[in-house]
Amino acid sequence: MTHIHRFPASSKAASTNPLKMSAPLGGALAFLGMDRSLPLFHGSQGCTAFGMVLLVRHFREAIPLQTTAMNQVSTILGGYENLEEALKTIYERNKPSLIGVCTTGVTETKGEDLEGHLKTFRMRNPDLNDLNLVFVSTPDFNGGFEDGYAAVVQGIVESFAEPAEQRVKGQVNILAGCHLTPGDVEEIRDIVEGFGLTPIIVPDLSLSMSGRQPTEFTATSLGGTTVDQVRSMGASEVTLVLGEQMRRAAAALELKTDVPSLFFDRLTGLEASDRFVKALAEISGRPVPARLRRQRESLVDGMLDGHFFLTRKKMVVALEPDHLFTVTSYLQDLGVDVVAAVAPQQAAVLEKVKAGTVMVGDHSDVEAMAKGCDLIVSNSHGRMGAAHAGVPLYRMGLPMFDRLGSGLVVTVGYRGSRDLLFALANIFLAAETDHDSHHGNQSHEHGHDGCCGGSGHGGGREGGSCGCTGA
Amino acid sequence: MLADKIQEVFNEPGCGVNQAKTTKERKKGCSKPLKPGAAAGGCAYDGAMIALQPIADVAHLVHGPIACLGNSWDNRGTRSSGSQLYRTGFTTDLSELDIVHGGEKKLYKAIKEIVQQHNPPAVFVYQTCVPAMIGDDIEAVCKYAAKKLGVPVIPVNAPGFVGSKNLGNKLAGETLLDHVIGTREPEVSTPNDVCIIGEYNLAGELWLAKPLMDEIGIRIQSCISGDGRYNEIAAAHRARVTMVVCSQALINVGRKMEERWGIPYFEGSFYGVTDMSDTLRTMATMLVQRGADPAMLNRAEAVIAREEAAVSKRLERYKPRFTGKRVLLFTGGVKSWSMVTALEEAGLTIVGSSTKKSTKEDKEKLKKRKGEEFHMWDDLKPKEMYRMLRDSEADIMLSGGRSQFISLKAKVPWLDVNQERHHAYAGYDGIVNLCEEIDKTLSNPIWRQVRLPAPWE
Repeated sequence: MTHIHRFPASSKAASTNPLKMSAPLGGALAFLGMDRSLPLFHGSQGCTAFGMVLLVRHFREAIPLQTTAMNQVSTILGGYENLEEALKTIYERNKPSLIGVCTTGVTETKGEDLEGHLKTFRMRNPDLNDLNLVFVSTPDFNGGFEDGYAAVVQGIVESFAEPAEQRVKGQVNILAGCHLTPGDVEEIRDIVEGFGLTPIIVPDLSLSMSGRQPTEFTATSLGGTTVDQVRSMGASEVTLVLGEQMRRAAAALELKTDVPSLFFDRLTGLEASDRFVKALAEISGRPVPARLRRQRESLVDGMLDGHFFLTRKKMVVALEPDHLFTVTSYLQDLGVDVVAAVAPQQAAVLEKVKAGTVMVGDHSDVEAMAKGCDLIVSNSHGRMGAAHAGVPLYRMGLPMFDRLGSGLVVTVGYRGSRDLLFALANIFLAAETDHDSHHGNQSHEHGHDGCCGGSGHGGGREGGSCGCTGA
Repeated sequence: MLADKIQEVFNEPGCGVNQAKTTKERKKGCSKPLKPGAAAGGCAYDGAMIALQPIADVAHLVHGPIACLGNSWDNRGTRSSGSQLYRTGFTTDLSELDIVHGGEKKLYKAIKEIVQQHNPPAVFVYQTCVPAMIGDDIEAVCKYAAKKLGVPVIPVNAPGFVGSKNLGNKLAGETLLDHVIGTREPEVSTPNDVCIIGEYNLAGELWLAKPLMDEIGIRIQSCISGDGRYNEIAAAHRARVTMVVCSQALINVGRKMEERWGIPYFEGSFYGVTDMSDTLRTMATMLVQRGADPAMLNRAEAVIAREEAAVSKRLERYKPRFTGKRVLLFTGGVKSWSMVTALEEAGLTIVGSSTKKSTKEDKEKLKKRKGEEFHMWDDLKPKEMYRMLRDSEADIMLSGGRSQFISLKAKVPWLDVNQERHHAYAGYDGIVNLCEEIDKTLSNPIWRQVRLPAPWE
């Protein structure tokens, strides 16, 4: 890339088909990776309802999420009473092991004093001393999904992690960013455990959001990291920090516990996975397990087989910042020409993103920049823009409500990297090989909604933009 | 001003519940105070959006921070036969700076951009909590924008914190009454014109009823708001009869259209064979009373007779399969009554129904028909629902997406009968669709397998 066009000024007043999701929602997701927890939005009930529906549609799981149900009067006069009542009600009804409070635009505009609220609550309710609480400020009008998620992880670590007298051999902390799916987290745990290490993962969505079958119905999360595990993070040998968004939580943890941090900006791709695996080998002092060695070979082989179909393909990627960095970097590893990288909100990691254009924008920007490209990589909301631009959409990120298993997709490590490569390459391979059979008739018509968007295409490179994979 | 509006919709004289109340009770309004930590459901903005967004050719612009639209857009299955503009998510995405400086200028700029780029017949602007708190006057901005840009710009003043989804529905109705209905004259007007209120064309349901109405000669002048068009709704005051489908939500529109333009309304439903026939019959009768050709009545009866016979034949095949099968109905209550009728016609046994949003009359009707033993829950806790299903007190649950996992985690068949569903259940064809879906789910071989314990346990 000779010239990168960074952050072209957007003077738009109307965000059209937004890519952005709110900070409290990201915060809620982080809380869902804690065992038997219940996230609570301090705001009007719509804030909760919308967030809940979005997560339900993505994960196809019941999402525990509550509201302080602010009304007009409490919004003006201040919402402490609502907050207290909500906490007490939840405690009585659901006995969660953790209640995580996220503020919203409503309570932040009023300027509620969250720290003060927490103190007042503790003072007025000594009988609820054993109730674990984390209060995090996540205004809807500041930052986005990733920021809320990161703030909550930081809040969890700051609230519970304690320094320890002694290190526990083989115990490692993992701070997992929101670019990792529950499936990714599971894969990472498998890799780490393969070295005989014992990870404490915060948050651990793989235990709560990957298809549980409870024996009793509870209104809290069904698994995840326990508060006690977070307390014992100070006894770990090292903290593995996964994603730029986790830097502040990592710093907070290191400050409290003196456990040193190792930072990984991504775990997708050959070299990225190598770095991770090498670090684990060094920490554990063990050789790389045979399983991982085989997986590495398989990824190398897959890169050799698959590169034909990805070289110089033009793609536009629109994802949350760390996810955007991960995916665009991997695509460039594979020889893809990333025409544009679009993030929903500003983030430090965007400085590292390489693409023809790097910008903060929405799906209408993606649509405009994707004209003539081969593929769009984005969440399910990208389907309309993709149809308009006549470019196929490969779904990644959140929300992904029109595909099953979106929470379990694995794109980290050798195996995940290989599978992602195959999934992308197959779109083009299928378009090449299937083209003759279903495009025999020159005057073909494409009417499938969200598939081809009715764009005309004849052959050659343009054939790749068909996306009627026939799969 | 908004407070007056809220008071007014709470005082709805067309509402049966309201009529039964004392003056003092009526003043209190009908929104129950929400319990913090135990409340569920949407807010007023949500309700307003649900009621109006199906107007397909309009640009719907949400004035607020990202949460209000960013988390919610593209999540309803309402369908359009033409324009897809309603599916585009527009928001001012207010940032901290906007909140300090006020969002009015940004709002105007956003409206202008939308009008220039998409040239819609109108723009609807939705107020949300945060701009309402900082005092953005969306009504003034809309007025100014409409004048400047030469396009109707309609303020929908229903910020989330004023109340529930239901209140938002009503405020949306008031918006149409104040700013839209009666502002245009229709190009064509016939004595056979009806206006349908509260039908959102989810999964294309309106289109199951429309062909029958066409055959009878009933013309849908406008539908509020499923597959709606701005100009048709603006001319809805020339309809001869209105049908209020979702009476709990939008009765205020039906009643005020009667008050202002003398258009009689009736409450009807497209769900279930009996209700569907009643609806067609009532519609034709009322149109004839207002001057339509009396032959319409005969046509209606002919269509009803034919369709009822056909549907009863088509339902025959399900009856033996459904015998002894018990259904737990959890629709929130709005459709409970008509659904009960429909399902029983197909041979199912209803073991209970939620009545949270049902009217007093609906509950009475249920009691009368089902006997005192029939379960009716105003508020069934998820835990109890889970227990009932796990203990096999029902063979299938029909509900909205919110409670699907209670059923699925209990390994009990479940069917979506609410807003996110992908199948149309209205009209005669719809009831057959519903039975087909229930049958498919009930007879799926997975149920036996998923209930098996692991062989090592």
